[in-house]
Amino acid sequence: MPKTFQRPQALTDKPFHYCPGCTHGIIHRLVAEAVDQLAVRKKTVGVCPVGCAVFAYDYFNCDMIQAAHGRAPAVATGVKRVLPDRVVFTYQGDGDLAAIGTAEIVHAAARGEKITTIFVNNAIYGMTGGQMAPTTLLGQKTTTTPHGRDRETAGSPLRVAEMLSTIDGAVYVSRVSVHSPRHVRLAGRAIKKAFEVQLSGQGFSVVEVLSTCPTNWGLSPREALKWLGENMVPVFPLGEFRTPSAEEAIEC
Amino acid sequence: MGLVTFREERCKGCGLCVEFCPKKIIVLADHFNVLGFHPATATDLSRCTGCGICAWMCPDVVIEVDWNGGKPPGERGESPA
Repeated sequence: MPKTFQRPQALTDKPFHYCPGCTHGIIHRLVAEAVDQLAVRKKTVGVCPVGCAVFAYDYFNCDMIQAAHGRAPAVATGVKRVLPDRVVFTYQGDGDLAAIGTAEIVHAAARGEKITTIFVNNAIYGMTGGQMAPTTLLGQKTTTTPHGRDRETAGSPLRVAEMLSTIDGAVYVSRVSVHSPRHVRLAGRAIKKAFEVQLSGQGFSVVEVLSTCPTNWGLSPREALKWLGENMVPVFPLGEFRTPSAEEAIEC
Repeated sequence: MGLVTFREERCKGCGLCVEFCPKKIIVLADHFNVLGFHPATATDLSRCTGCGICAWMCPDVVIEVDWNGGKPPGERGESPA
């Protein structure tokens, strides 16, 4: 009997290593569900980042590659150009994509590579112990900004989706969040749409997903979701910043 | 009526399902699972609507949801286990 909800086929049965309440698990599942819904699992190649999601190759039940720090879009470019019939996605965090890998993502978008990037933004470096990331909010306390991020010395948060949306090669750019069931559903739709853009061969697609880091934020999982909604969403507004011209925008 | 099943051995007790269950029938159990967490469990399945919100918010894909048009478990037409 079909179930209302069960583990997607595109996830392996291996338990996630993430901290309790880490929304990486939700985002993994949304990506896997999009792959399942589009029935492309057997021709999907994912590229993992360096960061908490470095072991994602154990969790996705499709071909996976582990790239050097920040270089996932470069690896994905190579895979997609050699094997243009494959569905290629990168799964990157904010330390990976917005710091060390900024050049790779900007130029992959500029070249209009037909890949999909899932950009998980939790405003902190998770794996290395909670240091300030480029996306850390002003005033947010991290281990390297113990008195809060100061604009004078540490600059202000980088809005990656807005930045990439100025590039012509980026066909689909959106920002979603996972801080409530409604937003999880909308995030799932946006991720699926990003894969559809790649399948239609139109160009580069990226979905920025606002995520939590309960451990390094020093909050409980529930408080972390609340903090995301109250503090991150005003700084990183949700929505579609660039869509294929023929298609209608969906709510994010 | 819905049927939620928890793969208890995977639950990390984060409580997001407890937070978002519209019927508030999920609690963290008193006992520990093999990971050393208090696993989530449903207290009164007869009130479960099978909406699946707990499963949607679970970061560890612990929960499976089955909804069978309001039929109670005995009348689901399943082969006996």
